[in-house]
Amino acid sequence: MRPKFSSRLLAESFHRRTFVLGAVQGGVGLLLAARMGYIAVAENEKYEMEAESNRVNLTLIPPRRGWILDRNGSPLASNRADFRVDIIPDRLKDADAEITTLGELLNFTPVELQDLRDKIDKAAGFQPVQVADGLDYDTFAAVSVRLPELPGVVPQRGFSRFYPTGPSVGHLIGYVGTAAKEEYEKEPVPLLVTPGFKLGKDGLEKQFEQVLRGEPGARRVEVTASGRIVRDLDTREDVQGKPIQLTIDGPLQDYAARRLGLESGSVVVIDCASGDLLCMASMPSFDPNSFSDGIGRVEYQMLSENERVPLRNKVLKGLYPPGSTVKPMVAMSFLEAGLDPNETVGCGGGLRVGNRVFHCWNRRGHGSVNMSKGIYQSCDVYFYHFAQRLGMDVIAPMAKRLGMGQEFQLPVASQFFGTVPDPAWKLKKYGKPWQSYDTVNATIGQGYMLANPLQLAIMASRLATGNKIMPRLILDGKTPHFDSMDFHGDHVQIIQKAMSDVVNGPGTAGRARLPIENVLMAGKTGTAQVVGLNIGSGKGGIWKHRDHGLFIFFAPFDKPRYAGAVVIEHGGGSGAAYPIARDVMTFLFDPAKGLEALHAMEQQWGGTAKERFDAEYARRAAAAGIDVPPVPEDQATIARLVDAEARAAAAQPAGVATEAVAPRPEPDVLDGAEPR
Amino acid sequence: MKLAVLPEPLAGIPWRVILPLVILVCFGATVLHSAAGGSFHPFATSHLVRFGVFLTMALIIRLMPRELVVMAAYPAYVGVLLLLILVELLGAIGGGSQRWLDLGFIVLQPSEFMKPVIVLTLATFYGALPPGMTGSWRALLPAGVLVGLPMGLVLLQPDLGTALAIGFGAGVLLFLAGLPWKWFAGAGAAALVIAPIAYFFALHDYQRARVTTFLDPESDPLGTGYHITQSKIAIGSGGITGKGFGEGSQSHLNYLPEPHTDFVFATMAEEWGLVGGLLVLLIFGVILRWGLTVARNAPDRFSQLLAGGMTATIFFYVAINLLMVMGLAPVVGIPLPFMSHGGSSMLTNMICIGTLMMIDRWSQRSRSTSFN
Repeated sequence: MRPKFSSRLLAESFHRRTFVLGAVQGGVGLLLAARMGYIAVAENEKYEMEAESNRVNLTLIPPRRGWILDRNGSPLASNRADFRVDIIPDRLKDADAEITTLGELLNFTPVELQDLRDKIDKAAGFQPVQVADGLDYDTFAAVSVRLPELPGVVPQRGFSRFYPTGPSVGHLIGYVGTAAKEEYEKEPVPLLVTPGFKLGKDGLEKQFEQVLRGEPGARRVEVTASGRIVRDLDTREDVQGKPIQLTIDGPLQDYAARRLGLESGSVVVIDCASGDLLCMASMPSFDPNSFSDGIGRVEYQMLSENERVPLRNKVLKGLYPPGSTVKPMVAMSFLEAGLDPNETVGCGGGLRVGNRVFHCWNRRGHGSVNMSKGIYQSCDVYFYHFAQRLGMDVIAPMAKRLGMGQEFQLPVASQFFGTVPDPAWKLKKYGKPWQSYDTVNATIGQGYMLANPLQLAIMASRLATGNKIMPRLILDGKTPHFDSMDFHGDHVQIIQKAMSDVVNGPGTAGRARLPIENVLMAGKTGTAQVVGLNIGSGKGGIWKHRDHGLFIFFAPFDKPRYAGAVVIEHGGGSGAAYPIARDVMTFLFDPAKGLEALHAMEQQWGGTAKERFDAEYARRAAAAGIDVPPVPEDQATIARLVDAEARAAAAQPAGVATEAVAPRPEPDVLDGAEPR
Repeated sequence: MKLAVLPEPLAGIPWRVILPLVILVCFGATVLHSAAGGSFHPFATSHLVRFGVFLTMALIIRLMPRELVVMAAYPAYVGVLLLLILVELLGAIGGGSQRWLDLGFIVLQPSEFMKPVIVLTLATFYGALPPGMTGSWRALLPAGVLVGLPMGLVLLQPDLGTALAIGFGAGVLLFLAGLPWKWFAGAGAAALVIAPIAYFFALHDYQRARVTTFLDPESDPLGTGYHITQSKIAIGSGGITGKGFGEGSQSHLNYLPEPHTDFVFATMAEEWGLVGGLLVLLIFGVILRWGLTVARNAPDRFSQLLAGGMTATIFFYVAINLLMVMGLAPVVGIPLPFMSHGGSSMLTNMICIGTLMMIDRWSQRSRSTSFN
């Protein structure tokens, strides 16, 4: 038998096996070469990118926001270069000591310091918290020098939003602020958590966020694995957001806002040729400048405790019974239904319908009343009478045609569009049939009827021109063309004349006459009852129980150029509203004359809206110390809260009205301007 | 390979291996120069100096006679084994693990010496073993003890990489010694069973983490997977021609860990690209091919096995290191021969090279005597 193992066989086996070993080595070599080729060639792009993202650290530079311009090109919102200090809570080493030191450097009051602590407690660690902005260079330098002992504190140069007219444009334009957690979750882009970046929180700032925002700049730096910056690579400039130009007339807006003075109310002015909204003032308001820095607790308390709801945009979200301002509309519906304007009714201070007597505001009666007198004397009996004859089915469609109950195409977050009641609506809503007193209430703009000031202004413009004017807020270079309302014959002129007589003739608003030659303003007063006679007279007493004062107007009366509405909440009657309309229109035609009147009044009130606000803030801050409840979690919810309250308030009169509303006297007449 | 123009002592020197080695070491020095941020200090100069010293040492080894080597084999094995035990004892006394012996003027890592020594010892053993006993237990058991003792001691340190290197060198030697195929098949099957058990019971947590991470490096890109991920980024971003000398961002900005030792290949590949990588592979191929040629031409069984084992030892270093930096093997601390900065591995590999040159000389001499 051949031996299994011998020297020769082992030598042969050795040669075979070294060959195997060589083959294995060669195989591994090929595997390595192939693997390397795969990584370096096929996956090269991927790994090159990863190496770049390792190496390059991108710091975003917040873009400068686009300006918001008024119709003349002046800024309603612009940017201001400023010095700012931020804190990144995650990077604080000894939060308490650092905040204290920072507070000393920045001369913070205890209240401000507490606000800062609140903000830092609530912040999501990674998100920078603004400590202060608008710093002067010396303060900024003082903080910069102390940086080594303040890890997590980041001094910045940047831009902050600036609203030159402050509170005057608060509701219209809104404000900006750092992104809240929910906003970041909705739009998870790194820019939103970049220090110094602010986005629109309300109003137009929010609606046009994407237009105004612009493109962030970027600073690319090379960093080591441990984060040390080796060198700057390049910097890409930011691209400023695009401006938007509004139809708003800045000075007029400011004038109207300031002219509202101590009252709570709103002014809307529309250009009758283009539908341009020249003015949408709503007061009291907030200062978007300070809102954009984050709302402090004293400020928030001031705003939230104010019964005049300074956080609500009353132009769009204030709903009011329009009162007698609907009468020109009702008259137009009568005309279109074929009523002869010269047909009269005798007013003895009331009208019996069925077994009930409905009173005119003037219990002594107006005597023989035709349509014109019905309007300028605001005679309720005239409207009761013909409304009984022609019915609600004539009035409600006209109200809607003229804009009431309508929502308009405007770049705003929400509008409350009120109610134009009719039998079908009441049946659907309350399951009850329409009653005669419902018609009576509706003809004098009470009961279920609710409108916002914008709708009232639209109604005025459509009545004045006979055109279907649509409001617009953005100037886009186009000249809109409006369809005719197709009113018959000289119906528009009849209403124009009657409304002119309200002011320039024997009407209810003689003192609204413009102090300008050759320009006659037409209008219609309205006084809307808030509580029944059993609770209050509507003139004095508790503010909340006073009547709303309303006034719709246009000028010049025969060739209408401007139309508008003024609504004063709980102003005690239309006497609170039309002087404001008069001054606003005066300003439009003769600014100097308008301002003269305003300055005199502001002296009595204690300064402009901004000055009064600041004084009030100082007083409250001094009184409160730091024992003021903190601001709600998220600034955006503040607006929502207000929405809810507003809706609740709007829903109030929707309880079933079982009574006829007793119309309130028109003030001028009480003041002695007896019907002539 | 004789060059007639050279004088006799130089002509015998195997330029076939020294030339590629010099190229590789110089290339390594270039990479180390870049890894040090464009400076010869601290890596490149010492790398070149060490190579000079160890090359001289290798040339001295080359001159040793066969009888001396055979005679010294077992004493050397016992000596290194004693050093390993000493290290273990010092570690136990000092508390905690220890791999080094500090002799004051030099720091010794005995486990490194064991790699060539185990090959030498086993080659001596099989060289002396009568061929007829190759298939019996007497061929395996003593060898098993000879390998098992140092491996166990090194595993205690614990140093899995070196233990595997010792095991691999020994295994290849057993294979070349002509032990039956079925034994290797059986050992392979046993390894398949033992590996998972060892994974769960014998490995340390950090070792286990390395294995898991190797299987899925992206599972923990900033933790234990960081090494592999960053190494692949360095190699991949180099592309075909690399980013250029001194332009590697991964190594220069410290994203690549150990850019001058274990991951020197990644540092190189980032700056020299696929071209540099293929050059390195090619040079290693030339060296290893030369090693196997030496083994095949060796004059007797002892020197055949010795040469084969030494080649396998170098191969193990190269293969495991490159597989690791390319993400094909777990991270084990094994440097790349002749390129990584570090004395121990350079010493071991130059001992291997010296031994191979020595055997090459023996075979030349036996050929010339037999032809005379």
